Amino acid sequence: MTQAKQPIIQIRNVSKRFGKVTAVDNISLDILAGEFFVLLGPSGCGKTTLLRMIAGFEMPTEGQIIIDGQDMSLVPPNKRPVNMVFQSYAVFPHMNVTDNVGYGLRISGVSKGEIRDRVAEALELVKLGGFEDRMPDQMSGGQRQRVALARSLVMRPKVLLLDEPLSALDAKLRAQMQFELADLQDKVGITFVTVTHDQDEALSMASRVAVINKGEVAQLAPPADLYEYPANRFVADFVGSVNIFEGKLTLDEPDKAAVDCPGLGKIYLNHGVTGPHGADVWVALRPEKIYLHVPGEGKAVRAAAQDAPDGHNLARGTIKGMSYLGDITLYEIQLEGGQMIRVSRPNLSRHDQEDFTWDDKVSMHWRADSPVVLLS
Amino acid sequence: MSGALQDWKSQKKPFAAVVTAPVFWLALFFVAPMAIVWLYSFGQNAGPADIEISGTLDNYKRATEWLYVSIFLKSFAVAALTTLLCLIIGFPVAMAINFAAPKWRPWLLLGIMLPFWTNLLIRTYALMALMGTNGYMNKGLAGLWEGASWLRTIVGMQPLEAWTPVQLLYNNFAVVLGLVYVHLPFMVLPLYSALDRLDKSLIEASLDLGAGHFKTFMQIVVPLAAPGIVAGVMITLIPALGAYLTPDLMGGTDSQMIANVIERQFKRANDWPFGAALSFLLIYAMFILIAFQSMRANKVKAA
Repeated sequence: MTQAKQPIIQIRNVSKRFGKVTAVDNISLDILAGEFFVLLGPSGCGKTTLLRMIAGFEMPTEGQIIIDGQDMSLVPPNKRPVNMVFQSYAVFPHMNVTDNVGYGLRISGVSKGEIRDRVAEALELVKLGGFEDRMPDQMSGGQRQRVALARSLVMRPKVLLLDEPLSALDAKLRAQMQFELADLQDKVGITFVTVTHDQDEALSMASRVAVINKGEVAQLAPPADLYEYPANRFVADFVGSVNIFEGKLTLDEPDKAAVDCPGLGKIYLNHGVTGPHGADVWVALRPEKIYLHVPGEGKAVRAAAQDAPDGHNLARGTIKGMSYLGDITLYEIQLEGGQMIRVSRPNLSRHDQEDFTWDDKVSMHWRADSPVVLLS
Repeated sequence: MSGALQDWKSQKKPFAAVVTAPVFWLALFFVAPMAIVWLYSFGQNAGPADIEISGTLDNYKRATEWLYVSIFLKSFAVAALTTLLCLIIGFPVAMAINFAAPKWRPWLLLGIMLPFWTNLLIRTYALMALMGTNGYMNKGLAGLWEGASWLRTIVGMQPLEAWTPVQLLYNNFAVVLGLVYVHLPFMVLPLYSALDRLDKSLIEASLDLGAGHFKTFMQIVVPLAAPGIVAGVMITLIPALGAYLTPDLMGGTDSQMIANVIERQFKRANDWPFGAALSFLLIYAMFILIAFQSMRANKVKAA
């Protein structure tokens, strides 16, 4: 998508209140033309309300939404250059596939011949060729979703809105559709805005993700940044699995920093964090970034790596729980201070999971670029 | 479910024990009286209280006289008009209840059903009290009239002549109004339940695809509410066709419907065989209506 980094949707200080409940709280963000934008958040965070305001089904209590340079405040949903794929798909049950997909074109008075061509083209795009005369109740959920997609895409909208597009599909189909949606978006070049509560979905499809919490944007970033550089504890915890420890910032220079965590030990980072010295901070450490050893060995490995001063980025504990997930094994380890930490370990060989078991004493270490210091 | 339905085939005794009493009841108090009336329709008066079932078709022949055919047709017209008005009034009501906040819905539905808590006769008399020449409607109109008259005097114009009450009762208008009033809940409830089953995101999808509210209503809401519309029409049309009390109390001399004619045969005219023949013609007419509806329902199911 090289043609433009122009914002196609500008959300300006938008709030939405339902009675006393604030669903969306003063959100401002730009969605760029041609990008695959994902609104990610737990249920009830306001992401769907935001999507419905873009579609025009809800009106902002405050603020304005600008689509393609035009203020949408007074524009009803049927006049907006956006189309929506509903969570329930909302395929018209009394119409066959052709009539469903052609509905919007019929309404806007497009000629019969053009409708026929564009419907055929849209069905081809979503791989539903040959289903023209099927009724919705003769189709699977996945096929109905393709009908809904074709019905929206045939309108050639500036923006396609998708409300939890994959939530009703089974795991295999969902994984396949994730790729197909990303592929489709690349092919048609239309801006996609998707709402989801599923972080895997968001990470795999999005070009940028806005994590929404309690009606506010917690972080807006590309997927990898979201995972590796979370801005706060909410994002760190919501996107992926994470261990969070409270601590005090004891050293903060441009190329290094240290945090003293009573629960975990001394943490050393090979970059600065620009936080106030001595401040209360939190350290986030992903389970897969922690190495597990038999006791004593960790210290030797740590020393060999030489990326942190002695006595930093090390911990000891006892395995209190483990769950074998096939590709990885997840360990729940009680640290010497009593707190629990989660560590995941890839099962590189068939017997890896036999190395450690319940009540084993273990030592851990992690690299100096692994911990993330969070100020809020 | 299908298991339970199949059980009665293998477990005949318990099934018979459960079914015997209602079958007996229906046979004694429904089939038998209907059969007697049916037989009467092929008979003739042999004395003031004596009917001879002679197998004659004279009663049916007499029913084809224009006087009776015209009353049949008129009954149909009145019932159809009632049904249409109920549909036109009932659809927005059903939609309004559907789109009301969930906490209000039960109360609004209760409001629709509340009239059923009072006897039809009392409701009809209440309506008559409202519509009589001294009723509240006329009083209200008189008030408006006098107000207008007073306004004219203020601006220096001649006052209007004295108010003459409008004859609202004892005509066809009153009959249709009364029938609509009585049958409206029968129309609203099936419409409400059909609309309740309608996924609201279908309406939003239609709007999203560029259709306005009217097109969405015609293309999405009406077709999907069709089962409710058909049910509401049948459940309104059939009782309206056989309406007796409303035309009797609120109608004028020219507003009698077929049920009033039948009643007269059994009472004042003391011509039970003819009344029986008219009754069965009415029943046959309703059968035809129901047959049409179930044929249509089967076609929808097959499609």
